[in-house]
Amino acid sequence: MIAVGLWGAQLGVPAVWLLPVTFPLVMAIGGFLGLVGIPLPGVEIGVGLSALLLGAMVAGEVKPRKLIWPAMLVGVFGLYHGHAHGTELAPGENGLLYSVGFVIATGLLHGCGIGIGLIGRWPTGQKIVRVAGATIAMAGAWFLWAAANPKPIESHVSAAKADAPAPGR
Amino acid sequence: MRAPRQCRKGARLFLVFALGATTTEAHLVTTGLGPVYDGIGHLLLSLDDVLPVVGLALFAGLRGPKAGRLTLLFLPLIWIAGAIAGLANHGQPILGQIFTACSFLVLGILIAADWELPTVVVAALAVLVGGVHGFFNGVAMRGAGLRPALLQLTGIAVMLFILVAVISGFVVSLPRAWMRIVIRVVGSWIAAIGLLSLGWSLRFGQ
Repeated sequence: MIAVGLWGAQLGVPAVWLLPVTFPLVMAIGGFLGLVGIPLPGVEIGVGLSALLLGAMVAGEVKPRKLIWPAMLVGVFGLYHGHAHGTELAPGENGLLYSVGFVIATGLLHGCGIGIGLIGRWPTGQKIVRVAGATIAMAGAWFLWAAANPKPIESHVSAAKADAPAPGR
Repeated sequence: MRAPRQCRKGARLFLVFALGATTTEAHLVTTGLGPVYDGIGHLLLSLDDVLPVVGLALFAGLRGPKAGRLTLLFLPLIWIAGAIAGLANHGQPILGQIFTACSFLVLGILIAADWELPTVVVAALAVLVGGVHGFFNGVAMRGAGLRPALLQLTGIAVMLFILVAVISGFVVSLPRAWMRIVIRVVGSWIAAIGLLSLGWSLRFGQ
């Protein structure tokens, strides 16, 4: 989400407004799909890929001619992020407060990204923003590798059984 | 560079309300200051009631002074009428949750798109939002007795009038185009909140 803000700041007006509108809305659509139980394939891979590609866009200071491409890229990844949050959600006390927190946190992370991205007005700042993008892309590559090679999860019950002494000893 | 005095005042006011906010409940909040203040407190501290009002006021402001005036007239009146109807009826809480989520979604989309609807439709939205939210307020007040309920409704109606007047007036008077874009961003967030709330209600709603 910070990468979306950084990219928006690099692209300038109107992308700096359009991306923070697109991402929370599409993320909410993903969250809705997750909440009502509609599956989306490869969610973890999509989340890892989002950090990799969006970080790469910031690192390369990519500026597509048509605004539709950044909006579509951000929108598709927003769907994956929202779905991941929607499916992993446990029953809580207040759905409305959860929704408000979800959207405001998303918006504030975009705001942080845009705020950091504003240092790109200076030549040194531009380099710092691109390095930040490269760091996000590397983290994304690591997420993607972890998503493609999931570790088998050992349940508490099987771990307890393994630790327990054998009967008759 | 210091922020303008109005901004600093607004930030302080926001902080007071943010720190004072409690979990929203189906029944009205009790301030200890009497039923009128209970009504005012309920509207300000219940996100499920205050968010559609803010959304409607923002949209009415975007549509101009006439739409703002009609909303200012209809919303408090129909809210009271709906609440009086609710006092005499039972309501399904899940229907209230779903309507609340849908009202966020619709109003948020209308604001985000800056949809140029006729003034009559804005007034119809005020009637719909006021009627249904008022009805569920009335259902929640059934145990309070008629006189305290009417006093609470007076507090709610006064606060509705003030909120709509201030917010719509603020939006109508925005001098620059980019300021309207900020309002549209807020609208997209309201729509996102509505969509998530709707999913939550469908998954966990009773």
